[in-house]
Amino acid sequence: MSVLSQNGNGRPLIAVEDLHTYYGKSHVLDGVSLHVARGEVVGLLGRNGVGKSTTLKTIMGLVRPAQGRVSLEGSVITGLPSHKLARLGIGYVPEDRRIFRFLTVMENLRTGFDRRGVTADKRSALLDKVFSYFPVLAERRNQAGGTLSGGEQQMLAIARAMMLEPKIILLDEPTEGLMPRMVGQISRIIEVLHNDGVAILLVEQNVPLTLEASRRIYIMEKGRMRHHCAASDLDVNDAVIKQYLGV
Amino acid sequence: MHTIAQFLQAIPFDVVIIQTVNGVITGLILALVASGLTLILGILDVVNFAHGELLMLGAYVGVVVIAATGSFWLGLLASAIVVAIFGAVLQIVTLRPLIGRDPLNTILVTFGVSLILQNYALWQFGPIERKIPEPINAHFEMFYLQYPWYRIMIAALSAAIIGGFWLYLKHGKFGIWIRATSQDRVMAQAMGIPVPWVYTGVFAIGSAMAAASGVLFGPLGGVSHTMGLDWVLRAFIVVVVGGMGNLAGSIAAAIFISLLEAYASIWVDPSQAVIVSFVVLILTLLFRPTGLFASAPR
Amino acid sequence: MTTAPVEKSMPWKPARLSHTAVFWMAFCVVMALLIVAPLVLPPFWRRFLTEVLIWGLLAMSSDLLIGYTGIVSFGHSAFFGLGMYGAAGALLAVKPPNLWLAILFGLGGAAGAALFVAYFSTRLRDIYFAITTLIFSQIFYVIIFTWTAVTGGENGLIFSRPHLSVPFLYDARFTPTSLHWFVLTVVTGSYLILRRVTQSPFGMVLQSIRENEARTRAIGYPVQRYKIVAVMLSGLFAGLAGVLYALQNEFAAPDFVYFITSGDTVIFNVIGGIGTLVGPIVGAGFFQLMRELLSRWFGDQFPYLIPLGVVFIVMIIFLPQGLLGFARRWLNR
Repeated sequence: MSVLSQNGNGRPLIAVEDLHTYYGKSHVLDGVSLHVARGEVVGLLGRNGVGKSTTLKTIMGLVRPAQGRVSLEGSVITGLPSHKLARLGIGYVPEDRRIFRFLTVMENLRTGFDRRGVTADKRSALLDKVFSYFPVLAERRNQAGGTLSGGEQQMLAIARAMMLEPKIILLDEPTEGLMPRMVGQISRIIEVLHNDGVAILLVEQNVPLTLEASRRIYIMEKGRMRHHCAASDLDVNDAVIKQYLGV
Repeated sequence: MHTIAQFLQAIPFDVVIIQTVNGVITGLILALVASGLTLILGILDVVNFAHGELLMLGAYVGVVVIAATGSFWLGLLASAIVVAIFGAVLQIVTLRPLIGRDPLNTILVTFGVSLILQNYALWQFGPIERKIPEPINAHFEMFYLQYPWYRIMIAALSAAIIGGFWLYLKHGKFGIWIRATSQDRVMAQAMGIPVPWVYTGVFAIGSAMAAASGVLFGPLGGVSHTMGLDWVLRAFIVVVVGGMGNLAGSIAAAIFISLLEAYASIWVDPSQAVIVSFVVLILTLLFRPTGLFASAPR
Repeated sequence: MTTAPVEKSMPWKPARLSHTAVFWMAFCVVMALLIVAPLVLPPFWRRFLTEVLIWGLLAMSSDLLIGYTGIVSFGHSAFFGLGMYGAAGALLAVKPPNLWLAILFGLGGAAGAALFVAYFSTRLRDIYFAITTLIFSQIFYVIIFTWTAVTGGENGLIFSRPHLSVPFLYDARFTPTSLHWFVLTVVTGSYLILRRVTQSPFGMVLQSIRENEARTRAIGYPVQRYKIVAVMLSGLFAGLAGVLYALQNEFAAPDFVYFITSGDTVIFNVIGGIGTLVGPIVGAGFFQLMRELLSRWFGDQFPYLIPLGVVFIVMIIFLPQGLLGFARRWLNR
């Protein structure tokens, strides 16, 4: 069975169908469709401004589409408020991180694990896991988020989303502005999350990282899906890559 | 030298000390009122013109409950709970529909609510002042006065409520939700925080604080349908002088202004002493519009 | 191959009237009604109408700020009150009491108050403007209430109405009817002036501030200065309303300087329709009429402000454009 078809168990985890979104008069999303299966890592590539972030925001309920549908495990979730979606299992790590600057690292994490069903044991387990992946956060746990470096904030943003125990994490350009050494760390985190069974929809401009981490790739241009294939079918030097991502 | 000695002799030190105590007491109550107002202003971006009437409502609930049960504590508790619920309902019915609209609208709506509440109170309770009886009857000697203990108790309670709320804001779950929401509403939602309910909760808490102030002030002054305006006016002055949305600043400003008014009352009639707060406001606006006590953000 | 359609001769249709024509026709009709009114109405309603016009002028002055500049002022009670007391002062100090002096003093007092309030209130961001105007209007209240020697304190001032005198031309006492016509003239004149102002370049800048203050400032307009001028202009006409009120009732009382007056003004604005100039007059009329009717049906003690307050709130949420809001664009063209 081709990698491209939906997984054999039926419904995909996230299905986006024919989204049309406008910012004022600008037709930002022009019929965008994609799907992510349970536990799958899917990459979304494209130049700046083609609508990748808007797609993620629409899935997360932060932007309302004029037309189209987003479903989570078969149930339609378009129009639901974001806080419900977070509780249903969608984690969101935005561009420029957006951690709570005046809350400590611990308080930032707390916004994720302070919910019904999280016992004290579960909480320590979650914290232990996150601190083992990001020891620097453990060190800085009582420091205000705003005092962390860019890379540390990125880690906090991901760790915070992990506190929700999400089924899928929407990662928007995690390596942007990071030092090369940190890029490797992001790559490892994605792998760890994948091994944990968390699906990831990865929006990136870093092509090698995306191709290596993802199972399937979508490429967007000007608000439309232009290409969809297995990551293994693509290579950094491919013409397709040059066409849609080259300068 | 001689004139300084003369001047010092003319200051009635015992009166000054008494007024200091009085000033701090009303200052703490004012701080409680202003905290609720600042909270609502800072988190919901709403200028709550009805805040004084919520205080008044709380005072009247206190009057009714205390008359029925004889217990000051029950009155305080009942007042906070009833007005908190009322505040929550108010926010849901009148303020939620206005989210995203011009802030002009919330000013007008809260103003309308204040009118309705004032007239309702007048209609139900009449124009004559009511009294909340003193919770404790003991007095202690302060200079030439028998100073009542209940006033100290009221000051302590105000401080306790403010302090308790402060702690809750820092450590409690809802407190963290409030802080996260006020810093980044969108990401707070993305983290599963039900922001619309945070707004309702904050309004309820602010209302409860106003109600508690009303009951606490009850034994000090009377309870009437017009008491709201005096308090809200002073509270707004405190908010401006303390720095908008700045909780610590509001508390400092409240005590500062109340002390000045208390001292002024030594020499002028109390109804004119309020001019002192006006002067402080004018000076603040002239020289430090961001607030006399403006400091680092929460 | 196409042929041009044959021009059928159309049945004669009157040419569509221009907006200006319709507007002035409507204006004349309304004026005619208002001019004739005192001759046909019973005394109570005649006086009622005159008062509605005065409150309407006050609300109209406030509309310049709320409807056109986008800022809510709760300070109009101060301007109104100072206009009233200013006129009172002139009428008491100078014998025989002179109408024009009263107006001058009233306007002067209001302008002074407006300058004072404007200077401080415009220093702060939009929502704080409302708070500071409220506080300042209360400052004036306290001063007037406590400075008994000058203002008569709680009891206010009583004086007699001056003659309607045009130097060398005319001198006679006011009759209720001529007073009504005088008030009507002043209010109409104010409307026309304010209308001119809102349609002038100055007015356009104000409306730009209402739409997007940050952008207006970014373009380079000294927003604070425009706001100060707007508040002063608004205060001037509010003061004029105060003078008219003094003339009508022959007394000045601190009650009118109390915040309630400002509140009522804002209510008239919202109910009538902000940004229309005439809307507030209609709003004032509606409010006073309802108040009168409610007290007739339910008795004097009925808290008429409760149902009216509810109407007010419901209108803000569901009908924010007010009663005349549907005509807003039309009235402003």
